[in-house]
Amino acid sequence: MSARRFWVFIEQEEGKVHPVSWELLGIASRLASEVKEEAHAAGDTVHVECILLGNQVEGIAREAIKYGAERVYLVDEPELENYRNCPYYKCIVGVVRKYEPEVFLIGATTLGRDLAGAVATSLRTGLTADCTGLEMGEVKGSKQRLLLATRPAFGGNIMATILCRQNRPQMSSVRPRVFPMPPYNPEAVGEIVREEVPLDEKDTEARILEFIHDQAESVDIEYADVIVSGGRGLGTPEGFKLIEELAHELGGVVGASRPCVDAGWISYAHQVGQSGRTVRPKLYIAAGISGALQHKVGMQNSDFIIAINSDPNAPIFDVADVGIVGDLFEVIPAMIKNIKARKEALA
Amino acid sequence: MFHALVAIKQVPDTTNIRIDPETGNLVREGVPAIMNPYDAHALASAVEWKRKLGGKVTVVSMGPASFTVTIREAVELGADAGYLISDRKFAGADTLATSYVLAAVIQSIHEKDPIDVVFFGKQAIDGDTAQVGPGVAVRLDLPIITYAVKIRDINLAKRHIVVERKTERWTEVVEAPLPALVTCEKEIAEVPFAPLPDLIRSLRYEPEVLTMESTGIFDAEHVGVRGSPTVVFKMGTPPLPEAGEKINSREIGVEAAVATAFAKADAAGILSSVLGGVK
Ligand SMILES: Cc1cc2nc3c(=O)[nH]c(=O)nc-3n(C[C@H](O)[C@H](O)[C@H](O)COP(=O)(O)OP(=O)(O)OC[C@H]3O[C@@H](n4cnc5c(N)ncnc54)[C@H](O)[C@@H]3O)c2cc1C
Ligand SMILES: Nc1ncnc2c1ncn2[C@@H]1O[C@H](COP(=O)(O)O)[C@@H](O)[C@H]1O
Repeated sequence: MSARRFWVFIEQEEGKVHPVSWELLGIASRLASEVKEEAHAAGDTVHVECILLGNQVEGIAREAIKYGAERVYLVDEPELENYRNCPYYKCIVGVVRKYEPEVFLIGATTLGRDLAGAVATSLRTGLTADCTGLEMGEVKGSKQRLLLATRPAFGGNIMATILCRQNRPQMSSVRPRVFPMPPYNPEAVGEIVREEVPLDEKDTEARILEFIHDQAESVDIEYADVIVSGGRGLGTPEGFKLIEELAHELGGVVGASRPCVDAGWISYAHQVGQSGRTVRPKLYIAAGISGALQHKVGMQNSDFIIAINSDPNAPIFDVADVGIVGDLFEVIPAMIKNIKARKEALA
Repeated sequence: MFHALVAIKQVPDTTNIRIDPETGNLVREGVPAIMNPYDAHALASAVEWKRKLGGKVTVVSMGPASFTVTIREAVELGADAGYLISDRKFAGADTLATSYVLAAVIQSIHEKDPIDVVFFGKQAIDGDTAQVGPGVAVRLDLPIITYAVKIRDINLAKRHIVVERKTERWTEVVEAPLPALVTCEKEIAEVPFAPLPDLIRSLRYEPEVLTMESTGIFDAEHVGVRGSPTVVFKMGTPPLPEAGEKINSREIGVEAAVATAFAKADAAGILSSVLGGVK
């Protein structure tokens, strides 16, 4: 009998959890359920667990339990106040070696990707970056189901499914917003296990001297409920004024396709897609965007998509719930008018 | 004297890649091979600091003989020496096996000619993994600074580097002892036009080729397919989602088109929930 552990790294900075961590707990729960039958038949147990590092972050550990973790391994130390590669990866590797999880998921954020490569190398195991699909699948020659990690390759033109046969844990970094939030259960009970990992002086030699906050870059399109995105069809940077107005009426934020960002019409923080952000708002409006694969992968999980394009054959219509074939410079003002009228009626 | 080492990779220009709609295969013909753009910027930064501090820049690249052109391009951009790490046994390497080979070579160069800063690109645009840099840093036990946008200072006397790195939340100013490994964003430095002497030198430049045998530093267990824990299980084109309804505003008029579209959103319970949140 053995314990099959599905692990998630809980990413926090300044006591704020990156929501991708909860999404990962949702995936881990699903992966665990995919092996439950086979595990029970073999007399094994299956566990959804997570690891959390920081300084005075026990409150977050309790939150993790409500998002589905049975057990939280907590390393709580003043040295871990701010994220730094070396002390973080060494602590994590120490705890992973102790419990030997089968699967270990980390968010594909800037922090997570900095960390994942170091952890995987230190453990001499396989890591699949930036996954958009995960399942525990049967593989010829393997007694147990293995993690099948799917990710875009060659600029998103091809999807590759990768597996790691022998080495453990099977590691993946996972894009935020590709997977849904798991349910939150305020009554859930779980266990918090405190771990201590000794660090050398050398591990904390790299120091953060200063944090510079950039206000202009602070738009958060990843977790917005409504996004109105503009593409090259806007023609000029001024076109974004119209996009902004509609976004404002809907209480949403502005997104953009890559050429608009490359041309400097709008900042990178607004870019949706393969090399920008993945989003899954309730409502996504795409105006003057053709719908290249690299754009679609970033927004196709939105709850409802409205596309506006003058070309009836534009591929964006393939992912839209409703497509309006027409000139965005006529359609968007009509949308603004429609929304204003609705609000007046509500008032 | 400053010694910078830059790891560069040749990649297909993914902006030019197409899929054959019939076969679903990657069309590689006519796709130009380029130096990974992030690596070009990393190299440019290394060369800038060489010019400031005096010293030299060494580049390394693991790949087939065709990577020689990329090393020549690096010489053109100001690299002083280049090594091509090339052996059939290295083929099929995943990021773990790649970091093993690069780390072994960087270590052996360092033993003969100590390195101050190791430069990597943020990621390679063919795989976008961003794993090799952190992997090499772990293997060599070097401090790592990823997502670097600016090197503020390299102080050879005090043996430290100060770098600005950009994360999703903020920009961090990090100080680390030398030697250190930095992975670079494009903002780190502009790629310069090659000066004529470097251009001429690059045309005839022959990199030193490092193989399993010529170096004797590699363990066959850790290279290529054998050293790679991950394998590709399958490849495919992304599935096509089901298309929704199309409304032509020229036929029914713009206002009616918008009203119809919003009615659909209403029916899906979308617009009311969205408008409910509007103040
Ligand atoms: C490695 C790689 C990564 C990439 N990453 C991303 C990414 O993250 N995000 C991204 O968006 N792209 C990305 N791309 C680029 C992508 O392939 C496309 O080039 C890009 O999405 C096209 O942008 P667009 O739709 O705005 O422009 P276009 O393709 O030029 O489309 C403009 C559209 O506007 C329509 N139009 C014009 N005038 C009007 C009008 N008056 N009213 C209505 N419609 C109008 C046209 O019919 C056309 O369909 C990436 C590419 C590569 C190779
Ligand atoms: N085969 C290689 N040869 C030299 N450097 C490489 C190689 N593969 C990756 N790198 C370096 O590692 C960085 C990150 O690559 P990747 O992890 O593949 O995204 C690149 O920008 C290069 O600096």
